[in-house]
Amino acid sequence: MWAILSILVENKPGILWKVTNLFRSRNFNIDSISVGVTDNPEFSRMTITTIGDEKQIAQIVKQLDKLIDTVEVRQLDESKSVYREMCIFKIKVGSAKDSMEINTMAAAYHGKVHDAKSDSIMVELTATPDQINAFEELVRHFGIIEVARTGVAALQRSGI
Amino acid sequence: MDEMIGARALMVAMEKEGVKEVFGLPGGANLPIYDEFARCDIRHILVRHEQSASHMADGFGRVSRKPGVCFATSGPGATNILTGMATAQADSAPMVAVTGQVPVPMIGRDAFQESDIIGMSNPVVKYAFQPRLPEDVPMAVRQGFFIAESGRPGPVLIDIPKDVQQNKASMTFPEEFKIRGYHPWTDPDIVNISRAIEMLLSADRPVILAGGGAIISSAFAELQAIAEMLMIPVVTTFKGKGAFPENHPLSLGPIGMHGHAEANKIMIEADCVIAIGTRFSDRSVGTFEEFERRLKIIHMDVDPAEIGKNQTTQVAVVGDVRASLRIMLKMLATKALSRSEDNVWLKHVKETKTYWKENLKIHPGEMGAAKILRKLREVLPPEAVVTTEVGQHQMWASLFFDVIQPGTFFSSTGLGTMGWGFPAAIGAKVAKPGVPVVDIAGDGSFSMTENSLATSVLEDIPVIVFLVNNFSLGMVAQWQRTFYDRRMIGVDQCKCPDYVRLAESYGAQGIRAQSIDELGDAIRVGLKSDVATVIDIPIDPEEDVLPFVAPGTPLKDMILPS
Repeated sequence: MWAILSILVENKPGILWKVTNLFRSRNFNIDSISVGVTDNPEFSRMTITTIGDEKQIAQIVKQLDKLIDTVEVRQLDESKSVYREMCIFKIKVGSAKDSMEINTMAAAYHGKVHDAKSDSIMVELTATPDQINAFEELVRHFGIIEVARTGVAALQRSGI
Repeated sequence: MDEMIGARALMVAMEKEGVKEVFGLPGGANLPIYDEFARCDIRHILVRHEQSASHMADGFGRVSRKPGVCFATSGPGATNILTGMATAQADSAPMVAVTGQVPVPMIGRDAFQESDIIGMSNPVVKYAFQPRLPEDVPMAVRQGFFIAESGRPGPVLIDIPKDVQQNKASMTFPEEFKIRGYHPWTDPDIVNISRAIEMLLSADRPVILAGGGAIISSAFAELQAIAEMLMIPVVTTFKGKGAFPENHPLSLGPIGMHGHAEANKIMIEADCVIAIGTRFSDRSVGTFEEFERRLKIIHMDVDPAEIGKNQTTQVAVVGDVRASLRIMLKMLATKALSRSEDNVWLKHVKETKTYWKENLKIHPGEMGAAKILRKLREVLPPEAVVTTEVGQHQMWASLFFDVIQPGTFFSSTGLGTMGWGFPAAIGAKVAKPGVPVVDIAGDGSFSMTENSLATSVLEDIPVIVFLVNNFSLGMVAQWQRTFYDRRMIGVDQCKCPDYVRLAESYGAQGIRAQSIDELGDAIRVGLKSDVATVIDIPIDPEEDVLPFVAPGTPLKDMILPS
């Protein structure tokens, strides 16, 4: 199963490394990771998506919680959370028709088009990982030059 | 607020924590700290290798239940204590290690004797500090000691750059502090405790499994009271050996790879176990799947991450196990609940125990392992502290040396660190100078830290090394005999060195014991001696440790002596 973990940590040097080192040493997987400082500069929030069975996920949460520098660890309920990832694709363009098609696809995914050249085009998407994967499949036949993904950022909705 | 250098602040802060002794070895990057020994009442105990300092601190910590302290310099000094920190982490022992580091501006430049000890130690410490300013030192010490000894204890590293040791600052020594992400204790859940009681009372074949946590939390009286009130037989893990008096009628001894035959037999027949402060190590349970089959598990532990890690539990009680057992006792007393002594299970347990006490085959020779360890038990007073090294002698100690007074037996059970027992015994003796301390050793392990004889002699810390000498790396040899068709590779110690003369060359006492009578006399001489005594006990190099549960097999497949 795929799980989203939201981890509030002390904003101190070396914490990201401690968290990722825990995943490595305990034989857990990191599917994606994103980190940024919160409104309170004393804390950062990490969002880690991971894959494992229910028992493994429970163990990951407990081991993360055990780290002294983690202040709060929550497994988010997908259906009750807003979770998004940002992704930039650089795609080959063979003709003006290609360019138009990619523009149409990007629009369908609420993407933005940047740096449209005669031989390549860049598309910025903010969506769920599944939607980004779907878009990637859609444009694959044009030829993907490079991809950069941020990893998921997520928060649980209020009042649930 | 006092103006002082970081090194001085370290010593003042440690005095405030009650530190009286430090085990260590100086070097370039911790000289400012060492200079402060001239200005404080803390005793420095010099070692010959930093690893031994860390094991001494570990032994001190396990016996006193207060963090033992070791000092090492930067670079190789720091890397030499990694094994000690990993050992303490694996066995949840409180320890504070203080290392010197190159000056802050030199960090990351591959300076002379620079090592990234913060990075290297991460998986084997409970927490690590690297104060970057002198005024940060007192808080690192205060929090470091708190973290090391609270909740599930463990090693804490304080890595202090040399300029932080040397520079002056206005110091405040905090009493109060808050660590937002650290919640070492949880109040035990009353509902779960009452569920545990129901489960225990409705079980036909209940067993208590006491682990190291029962010793760490000193839950001896509570454990015994519960066992006697409910008339439940007690097995332990190897780490939990001696949590319950092993001469008690309800005691069956340790389970596991080299567990007692009666303990393993009863464990696999049980239908319900209350596991107190254990992580269900593979060495204890054999295979996880087979162990939990047909078994209801009640698990008490201070560390929530242990619940469900290795075994599926039906009832979990998170919290200090002594506190949990006290609540359980109170609930049992108010409801006047108990179990009768007169039941089929207990009768069967007693018969099993009697059978194996009488019928377990032991080595026929005069100096067989069972006989020498029973002799040691006979001569040692019950309050004597015993440590062990790692190997066959350790498992023979588990099988044949009964711990009478709870909390007097310590071993490197988790990491299995050869060379741990002797320095740990020295640390234990510093913590409890009034009782005899014995390291049950093997020749392979002892040779790893034998130079601690210098510390023992020069610092006047007499302990007894009970050297079970089979002139080989015996446990490896046993596995080669058992699993590798007697291809003996890399196990022969070639009768080198002569341990009697080795001891004498350090100014210690060396005695060779070749009969049971000589052995008894040698132990008695050692108990009266004011220097360390090494009793060299040559044994049959072919003697195996049995019973034996082969790695990766369930307890029911225990191999018995034939």
